[in-house]
Amino acid sequence: MTSYLWLIPSFPLLGFLVNGLLGRFLGRRMVSLIGPGAVGASLVVSVLVFLEMLAAPEYEITQNLFTWIGAGTFQIPVAFTVDRLSGLYILIVTGVGFLIHVYSVGYMWDEAGYYRYFAFLNLFIFFMLLLVLGSSLLLMFVGWEGVGLCSYLLIGFYFERDSAAAAAKKAFVVNRIGDFGFIVATLLLFVIFGTLDMAEINARAETALSFGGALVTAITLLFLLGATGKSAQIPLYVWLPDAMEGPTPVSALIHAATMVTAGLYLLARMSALFVMAPVTMAVVAAIGAATAFFAATVGMAQNDIKRVLAYSTVSQLGFMFMAMGVGAFAVGIFHVMTHAFFKALLFLGSGSVILALHHEQDMQKMGGLRFKLPITTWTFVIGTLAISGFPFLFAGFFSKDEILWQSFSSPWGHPILWAVGAVTAVLTAFYMFRAVALTFFGESRVDPHVAMQARESPWTMTVPLILLAGGAIVGGWLGIPHILGEPLHLPNVLEHYFDGFFATLPTEAVHHEASTELLLMGISTGAALVAMWFAFRLFGTYRDRAARMKAQLAALHHLLFNKYFVDELYDWVIIKPIYWTSRTVLWLMVDVRLIDWTVNTVGNMARSFGGALRLTHNGIIQNYAVGIALGATLILWFLVF
Amino acid sequence: MTILGFPILSLIIFSPLLGVLLLFFVDRERSELAKWIALLASGVTMLISLPLYFAFDIDGPAFQFVERVSWISAWGVEYHLGLDGISLFLVLLTTLLTFISVLSAWTAVTKNVREFMITMLLLEVGMNGVFVALDVFLFYVFWELMLFPMYFLIGVWGSERRLYAAIKFVVYTMSASVLMLVAILTLYYLNYQSTGELTFSLLEWYKLRVGFPAQYWLFAAFALAFAVKVPMFPFHTWLPDAHVEAPTAGSVILAGVLLKMGTYGFVRFAMPLFPVATHAFLPYLIGLAVIGILYGALVCMVQPDMKKLVAYSSVSHMGFVMLGLFALNFQGVQGGLLQMLNHGVSTGGLFLLVGMLYERRHTKAIAEFGGLMKVMPIYATFFLIFVLSSIGLPGLNGFVGEYLILVGAFQVEPVAAVLAAFAVILAAIYLLWMYQRVFFGKITNEANAGLKDLPLREILVLAPLVVLIVWVGVYPKPFLDRMEPAALRLIDMVQSHAEVRPADDPPSTVWGLVPSGWLRPAPTGIEYSSAEISSTDDGLFPRTGTQPEERAR
Repeated sequence: MTSYLWLIPSFPLLGFLVNGLLGRFLGRRMVSLIGPGAVGASLVVSVLVFLEMLAAPEYEITQNLFTWIGAGTFQIPVAFTVDRLSGLYILIVTGVGFLIHVYSVGYMWDEAGYYRYFAFLNLFIFFMLLLVLGSSLLLMFVGWEGVGLCSYLLIGFYFERDSAAAAAKKAFVVNRIGDFGFIVATLLLFVIFGTLDMAEINARAETALSFGGALVTAITLLFLLGATGKSAQIPLYVWLPDAMEGPTPVSALIHAATMVTAGLYLLARMSALFVMAPVTMAVVAAIGAATAFFAATVGMAQNDIKRVLAYSTVSQLGFMFMAMGVGAFAVGIFHVMTHAFFKALLFLGSGSVILALHHEQDMQKMGGLRFKLPITTWTFVIGTLAISGFPFLFAGFFSKDEILWQSFSSPWGHPILWAVGAVTAVLTAFYMFRAVALTFFGESRVDPHVAMQARESPWTMTVPLILLAGGAIVGGWLGIPHILGEPLHLPNVLEHYFDGFFATLPTEAVHHEASTELLLMGISTGAALVAMWFAFRLFGTYRDRAARMKAQLAALHHLLFNKYFVDELYDWVIIKPIYWTSRTVLWLMVDVRLIDWTVNTVGNMARSFGGALRLTHNGIIQNYAVGIALGATLILWFLVF
Repeated sequence: MTILGFPILSLIIFSPLLGVLLLFFVDRERSELAKWIALLASGVTMLISLPLYFAFDIDGPAFQFVERVSWISAWGVEYHLGLDGISLFLVLLTTLLTFISVLSAWTAVTKNVREFMITMLLLEVGMNGVFVALDVFLFYVFWELMLFPMYFLIGVWGSERRLYAAIKFVVYTMSASVLMLVAILTLYYLNYQSTGELTFSLLEWYKLRVGFPAQYWLFAAFALAFAVKVPMFPFHTWLPDAHVEAPTAGSVILAGVLLKMGTYGFVRFAMPLFPVATHAFLPYLIGLAVIGILYGALVCMVQPDMKKLVAYSSVSHMGFVMLGLFALNFQGVQGGLLQMLNHGVSTGGLFLLVGMLYERRHTKAIAEFGGLMKVMPIYATFFLIFVLSSIGLPGLNGFVGEYLILVGAFQVEPVAAVLAAFAVILAAIYLLWMYQRVFFGKITNEANAGLKDLPLREILVLAPLVVLIVWVGVYPKPFLDRMEPAALRLIDMVQSHAEVRPADDPPSTVWGLVPSGWLRPAPTGIEYSSAEISSTDDGLFPRTGTQPEERAR
């Protein structure tokens, strides 16, 4: 009955193999049929499997294919599980992935290495599906590393650009630091549980580990390290903004909608462990809040449209971490879903602009594009309204508001978390409307030569935009909060869907008045609305005032524009010392001077010793005779005396 | 046991000699013919070795395809061959890599081609002999036999400082193996004392329980010889020199097979023959393995020369192998054994690739390159696959071995495993950084603009290795299954024999050099019974002073 579950990752793998091996002989049309087609097929099967899962007992279907690694008690099967969490994820991955594949046909049509691009993109989908479908942590790790690899390949797609090459390597290495945490966590889990099957670990967590104990805290913190790498949180977020060197659809798919949510997937998957470690949960929430705020401030000062979106991604992921940290796993996943829609939409919209302007990404050189690119403009505006949390209609509002409410009301929440989140929401509204105003409104600052040729993108690009815009609106209706939904008899579908799936906090929920919730919602939403209006006017109409403000806050702007100099800090504090130690101390001193010198000296000593002895062996018979005589005398001496 | 009545192991060992014989009759000038003969000889050897994989019976006896005839009966030396799950894959790796190396040398070697091919084939004889010899005397003959072809490979066909590197390699390895020879003769004598039989049969020696402190010294002698070969930190400095100077084919064999002889020596000789000593020295060996892993990786990071970088990465990777073997549990040993194979494939492949570039540009300096992906896309793709395999990307071979090793090591020495896991990060840094500098960016050096991508011959050289990389990464079961009985036996021999040991362990001193308390006690134990091992105990080193029991008091 579940025999076709394995098809879901197989289609993209096949697409990768065909396009990767034969792509150069196939021609663009064939390649663009195979690439998106493979993901489309996968999407169809995913929908069928999803429906099947909803009908299955316990809402779970698994399929065991073969044993991957087997050594004694250490057995890792290649087995897939579709449950409510992975079921939702495969829909997001194949659904959004399919749209982005279609969009890529238009966006990448003129690029060299077209087939290479689609091969990598398919490979990415394959690994992402492996990540979410794998029922063992180690199989998940295959996907985990695999998406990292694809990210490396696709960031470095324009490999002739040094910045792209450096960004690709940075992404892989920083992710690897997180992977170190993942690996050690799995080692610990294997020693404790004797298995890496996630369902079994979750089921036995309460008996095998003690609440708040050192072990469970260590394991979850190590997982958190892995999650901060993949989901770009402090301290390992630095790779994501640089990842914008890749083609824009890649940014949309990998660095916004899917791969970066893998860390959250891990947290949600292992929720039974996390709720047993209050310390870790506090760290998760704190990291999330700090990252959300930090990235939002940086986003305010960036001029590159993709960089603004990149930092907004980091910031939004911070929101999701915050939700997880207060135990609201379902809400975090809700935001993953809405974010997938609106962030993919925003990135693809920016790609449409970038393509129309011949690869111009600087928003200072845009403006007034709404007449030239109407579909792009209005879909982008919908995405912006969604991410800014424009009330009652757009997806982002529902999920973000729910996160803010949970961060306040959850037993493990805190008013400070709410406050940071609310301020971040306001900042988000501000910088996103700044981006919209600078790009599409106000007077045009586009190079007139380029502006002449700027025209709306082909249908392969606009249709995905429109569909995603639909998702950016409707997606939020799946999780309407009770306080708004109940009077209108609208159910909270998603909460119902995840009912009883995630581990719950062991602490009794605190009761809050409905008025508190409404008040908080009013405050954050109202402030965000003001910020939207303010930013829009400031950057759309009164740009001179904006410039004056920038001059007044020059020092702050400098700090934000340079991203708090974190990259430089890492370089000086971590990278340079390690490099210096390796080169000067370990290699030149220890290896060459100490060890090899010793080896050579021993060798030379043996040689000089032999050389000295050789002098006696000179073939002059008289000398030998003298030697024999002396020796005989000596022996006699000893014998006699 | 033989296949279809043929003594298959002998055939594998000696069929390259047929090629050598033919090559003697080839005119010096006719290098094309010499190449074809060598390719044929190594190809036939590879084909003969393939049935081993299928005919090897997992549930069968420990050693299969056994051939045993008396050789020097006065000394009890026998011509005794046999194959278990460990040597099975090493033999297959040897025959495959030799074939590939011969093919890779097609245009790379231009002077003395005939002699080069003879050397390669002789080397193959020695290597296969080492892996299947069950008579220790025979083993030692093969062990020394393969040293000299390698000496000539480096010394004659190497680059500028080839003589220095060749002599360093031979002297370093030989001085360590001389100690092993002494230890072998000692064991021979001990065995004679204990059983009254003159034999070099390893299987007989396994039954021997060597007394103390002789066991420590004998283990140390064996371990030193093998540690140099692996190479373990701090005995590794011959390796970068040898690799940098060696011709490509030499590097491939050196990294792919010769280093494995070190680890093979540990699992075949040092560990099962001296279980108590193995346990006693375990903390140091694990320590050195971890140091090697991290040290090799860190030094790798700053190498300006591609070949040197790959050479130092071997130090790191072989450290992983040792860590797994010394974990002495099922996962660790299985991982270590598999990783021996993996390292041969991945690092052998990397050396092949560096060699292909060297052939075109006559330099290995990373700084000379940049932007090669533009002109050599196929080459760049192959290179990336081998790099990823070496990094340990899940789904490729390196990960399976490394992860098993980590699982095994974590159960006995969590700290060591966690430290070793850092290499996961470091490997990505040094290899991807190298890759970035060589392949990404624009072509800045005009000399690289006209580089030719791989022709079919070079693709054929690399393709089998890629197949292995993916196969082991996705479905390692056939490999692990065949290694399993051998791994279990090794663990059993080391763990159970370790139970027979001095009541006071560790001994207060090992000949006064190592203070008591520095050596680790064996895991579990029954009381030492002097009757049981006294026959061997007083043999070589008659105790003038204290007995172990007395020292305890």
